[in-house]
Amino acid sequence: MTAAAVLELAGVTKTYPGSPPVEALRGVDLTVRDGEMLAIAGPSGSGKSTLLHVIGTLDRPTSGTVRVTGLAVAELSDQRLAALRAYRIGFVFQQFHLTEHATLLDNVGNGLLYAGVPVAERRRLATEALDRVGLADRAQARPTMLSGGQRQRVAIARALVGRPSIVLADEPTGNLDSRTGASIIELLLDLHASGSTIVVITHDTALADRMPRRVDVLDGRIVADNAVAPNGDTLVARR
Amino acid sequence: MNGNGGLPPSRLRPADLFRVATAGLRTRRLRAGLSALGIAIGVAALVAVLGLSASSSAGLLAQIDRLGTNLLTATSGSSITGDAAKMPVAAASMIGRIPPVTAVAQTGETGQSVYRTPLIPKIQTGGISVKAASIGLPQTVGTRVVSGRYLNAATERQPVAVLGAQAAKQLGFGQVTGGQKVWIGNHWFYLAGILAADPLAPEIDSSVLVGFPAAEKYLDFDGHPGELYVRAVVDQVQAVQGVLAATANPESPSEITVSQPSAALVARAQASSTLTSLFLGLGAVALLVGGVGVANIMVISVLERRGEIGLRRALGSTRAHIRVQFLGEALLLSVLGGAAGVLFGAAATWIYAATRGWAVVVPPLAWAGGLAASLVIGGVAGLLPAIRAARMPPTEALRTL
Repeated sequence: MTAAAVLELAGVTKTYPGSPPVEALRGVDLTVRDGEMLAIAGPSGSGKSTLLHVIGTLDRPTSGTVRVTGLAVAELSDQRLAALRAYRIGFVFQQFHLTEHATLLDNVGNGLLYAGVPVAERRRLATEALDRVGLADRAQARPTMLSGGQRQRVAIARALVGRPSIVLADEPTGNLDSRTGASIIELLLDLHASGSTIVVITHDTALADRMPRRVDVLDGRIVADNAVAPNGDTLVARR
Repeated sequence: MNGNGGLPPSRLRPADLFRVATAGLRTRRLRAGLSALGIAIGVAALVAVLGLSASSSAGLLAQIDRLGTNLLTATSGSSITGDAAKMPVAAASMIGRIPPVTAVAQTGETGQSVYRTPLIPKIQTGGISVKAASIGLPQTVGTRVVSGRYLNAATERQPVAVLGAQAAKQLGFGQVTGGQKVWIGNHWFYLAGILAADPLAPEIDSSVLVGFPAAEKYLDFDGHPGELYVRAVVDQVQAVQGVLAATANPESPSEITVSQPSAALVARAQASSTLTSLFLGLGAVALLVGGVGVANIMVISVLERRGEIGLRRALGSTRAHIRVQFLGEALLLSVLGGAAGVLFGAAATWIYAATRGWAVVVPPLAWAGGLAASLVIGGVAGLLPAIRAARMPPTEALRTL
């Protein structure tokens, strides 16, 4: 049995107006199934950041269709897109984006802020999420007291706390030294092993090679996908 | 899956909205405090001005209450020919026979001047008039003696003088010690007492009073009263006022001016001075400038917090959530400033009123108006920055970091 598609992109293009217009995406087809983990790799300027924004519903494509958990993004109002992000998509950013004056517990709990979860319940779930990333004992600490690797673990916990259908990690190791970065990748692989669907965007090909599936992007197109045979058959759908 | 794809709407609980709206203030305390200060100063000025004018009115009305509103004065004006008119010598006793009249006192202008010594040039009168006064004057007018004693049946025949408050200050007498004297019309008059200032009869303050018999004996006074002070039964004041002129001078009532001194004080208590309006205007300007400060801070804050806005959008906030967060922050900032301003203003009123012995009155218009004004200003100041924050595309907000 094939798992349900969490993410479906068909013929997605994105053109930024200007003279000349910038064609960031030139027809991307991509399907990510539940429980998958993949890297979207490409050098800077390849369009991978635009792809992340389109997948994350932070931006709408110029043409083509994007479906997240079966919902067509083009048909959703801005409010419904916000709801989609609140309940079904988790983000991990290169710069962590933690709130410095709040405890780790509340930083992680903020992942559920716009899902209308009461604060006590948020904290309970945040405690569990912090435990999953190995920071259960630092719940009352503040981000400024942490190393970069620890901060990224907090950000990952925040992305996971609402049990989203898909986690998008944008250069999660970009601000970390190689050893710390490797431990973050280990953590993501562990989370994948326990069932999370994770998409990692990176320019680091070595990192991309450690993922079960690797999609290469260049000049706004997918130039290689080790899960899809030339005839379109899915080779690696499940872990 | 149902029609909405099983997706509940994105929502922010009211308690969380409060938490989110205060977060910006809690993390930037100095900045929040300074921008709230602008509003606070404006509101404090408004509250203090309104509070002080209300308290001073209340103080004045309380004073009028103590002094009584049943005092009437009858003053001889000028005759048709323009000469100084004279009241009959018997005017006071005639008025005393009007049934509702409870007390009558009189003074008469002697035309003399007062000096500390005979060596002072005659021209330096100091604007102090020397009046003959009847024995009942302080009781009738409602003033008291602050030092020494007033004229009595014995001293009104002797060269003895009592000073009004202003006259005593001008002549340099603080209190009666015995043996002090003043020079009036080629005679030494011994100082018997000093009167307290009298708001109902301020003309007595700048006078030196001597007895009627003494004035006639030493100062060539003709005995005609210039001013009569009349106390009447409270509910008959109007009636007495109507007949006073004709009774005081039956031959030419038109030469008599009758007035009720408390009426002028009441009018003063109720009039808002131009100074009050000026300060209110200044307060309003301060409030406006405070509002501009809040708007300024909010615009800067939105620019600085692009990353936060982007993160919140990624976490699932709608534009409306962002808008209401920043609007809420501006409102909180401004209302906190407004509340502090009301407290400052009320404290200023309280301190000033306490030193003057007035009742503290902070009218509801002042504090409710101050809070309402700060609410409106916060809303107006926060609206544009909030809309800008909400319109910021999440990708742009995340990119610029």
